[in-house]
Amino acid sequence: MIRVEGIHKSFGKVRAVRGVSFNALDGKITGLLGPNGAGKSTTLRVLYTVLKPDAGSAHIDGVDVVSDALSARRRIGALPHGSGLYPHLTARENVAYFAHLCGLDRSEVDDRVDEIIRLLEIEDFAERRTKGFSQGQRTKVSLARALVHDPQNVLLDEPSNGLDVMATRSLRRLILKLKDSGRCVLFSSHVMQEVAALCDNICIIANGQVAIDDSVDGIRSRTGCDDLEDAFVHAINMVDPE
Amino acid sequence: MRTVLVVFAKEIIENLRDRRTLASALIMGPVFAPAVLAFVINLSITHSMEDVEHTLELPVIGGELAPNLLSYLSSQNIDAIAGPEDRTAAINAVKTGEHDIVLVIPGEFGEQLASSVPAKIELVSDQANTDADRDARRVRNALRGYGQELGSVRLLARGINPAVLRPLNIDEVDVSTPSGRSGMLLGMMSYFFVFATLMGGMYLAIDATAGERERGSLEPLLSLPVTRDQLILGKIGATCVFMALSLALSLLSFHVALNFMPLEQLGMTSNFGPGVVLAAFLLFAPFILLGAAVMTLVASFTKSYREAQTWLSVVLFAPTMPIFIVSILTLRPRLEFMFVPSLSQHLLLVDMVKNEPVNNLHVTISVVSTLFFGALLTWICARLYRREGLLG
Repeated sequence: MIRVEGIHKSFGKVRAVRGVSFNALDGKITGLLGPNGAGKSTTLRVLYTVLKPDAGSAHIDGVDVVSDALSARRRIGALPHGSGLYPHLTARENVAYFAHLCGLDRSEVDDRVDEIIRLLEIEDFAERRTKGFSQGQRTKVSLARALVHDPQNVLLDEPSNGLDVMATRSLRRLILKLKDSGRCVLFSSHVMQEVAALCDNICIIANGQVAIDDSVDGIRSRTGCDDLEDAFVHAINMVDPE
Repeated sequence: MRTVLVVFAKEIIENLRDRRTLASALIMGPVFAPAVLAFVINLSITHSMEDVEHTLELPVIGGELAPNLLSYLSSQNIDAIAGPEDRTAAINAVKTGEHDIVLVIPGEFGEQLASSVPAKIELVSDQANTDADRDARRVRNALRGYGQELGSVRLLARGINPAVLRPLNIDEVDVSTPSGRSGMLLGMMSYFFVFATLMGGMYLAIDATAGERERGSLEPLLSLPVTRDQLILGKIGATCVFMALSLALSLLSFHVALNFMPLEQLGMTSNFGPGVVLAAFLLFAPFILLGAAVMTLVASFTKSYREAQTWLSVVLFAPTMPIFIVSILTLRPRLEFMFVPSLSQHLLLVDMVKNEPVNNLHVTISVVSTLFFGALLTWICARLYRREGLLG
């Protein structure tokens, strides 16, 4: 479970995030929706602790991401935007490296890596070096890497970017599987349809602020738009530009 | 500690599979450097050998006027050949490079000689041409020798001991040992060792920050439940191993290469046996940590792989500057020099190769101060690895 309370983050004069708050619950899929540059990635980066918020706080399963970043990181699996692999290692070695770093026992690493490779359907290319992998293959391996330590909270930054239909479908299946096993899934996207198809709750962000935080139906009724795309545009316009 | 080892092992495996890293660690330093040195040494040997051995062909104008002089020259291994037509042609020939030197004997030479007036003789050469200058010097020395011989004969004919013209008898006593003479030339070695060491770890140092960032693997790595200190220590450790490997290989290849260099012909011997190789490795070992830390530090400020490469090639030459300065000024080892990394290693190595006693205090200061700077820079690296800006 992830709780975000009024976080702010500026880079020089650019105020990337201006008081974002929301909750992402266990067993639910929460979507962080917003146009490019809305502050989605910055918010997620604060959550997986590579950035410190200027103000506000965030908790992962009750652990503060600033004061106890290491424990917070132990509870999350993160897929940062544009995740890259080590080209000279095989897919399996890439995953195993992260498993070791997450502190899994040497004895359980192999079993766990096998398991995650099966779960993500990457057996076919698991033993190949990742140099020259397609975007879909890369995303799958990156996901396997992020989930290898079986984290309770899963943060995915635009995971479907550059994926074809088949790959997007299998990603969707995986996210639903995570939800069914009681995980807290938080993912960002700029595609309304994708978020609507998956999410129990949607948090629309624009200009570094939360425009609406509600279920799909709630968003429809509050914006008065039946069409989701219209609702999205309407919600974005609710935020004052500066 | 386990985390550091995991990072370390992964870096080693990954880079052993990277052809570019391997080439720079195992080929550039170790093979390239001895090849350059062998070439330079061989060149200087052939050059100095030529002086004594080969017969110098000297174009002479008016040789028929001075048969005694010519036979004296030929006794000095200088053979007169027919020169250009006249003095003007001789000057042109030297200017255009057709001849390096031309000896001009004017028509009044015999007359002047017979009447004991200083006989004029002209040596045309281009003094800016170092190659020709050496030949000209040889001819000049031979002419001076002939002049002295004539002078002695004249004095004797007047009943005077020619020794009166030599009030001083200068006798030079050269105490330099054969390996001492080679020291200067072989001093170049420490330059190559520093270079090979840094080269060996260059790509790993870039990879620690700029490389990971560019590939997009840095952010996932930083979101893992490990501290950044653990990551950077593992990475610097792996960089050290590659640097050590490169250093060891270049020491060994020098050890082998020196067998094929005709140092004895220069009156040199090199003291670079297995014992010195091992001692040199231990002497340079503290420099490895410093080199790895400096390279990682510089690379961490760069935005991309390419930028890192550019900056690191500058770093490659920074530690060689003090070595150059000291070599040019031919300074002897001093206590305060031992505090300067790379310079201290250079001076101590030169002593070792020259087979001169090595000052233990100097070695201690060199090791301790180099390790201190290495640890300090590693600490700074770790501090910088913690900052947010690392993500770029």
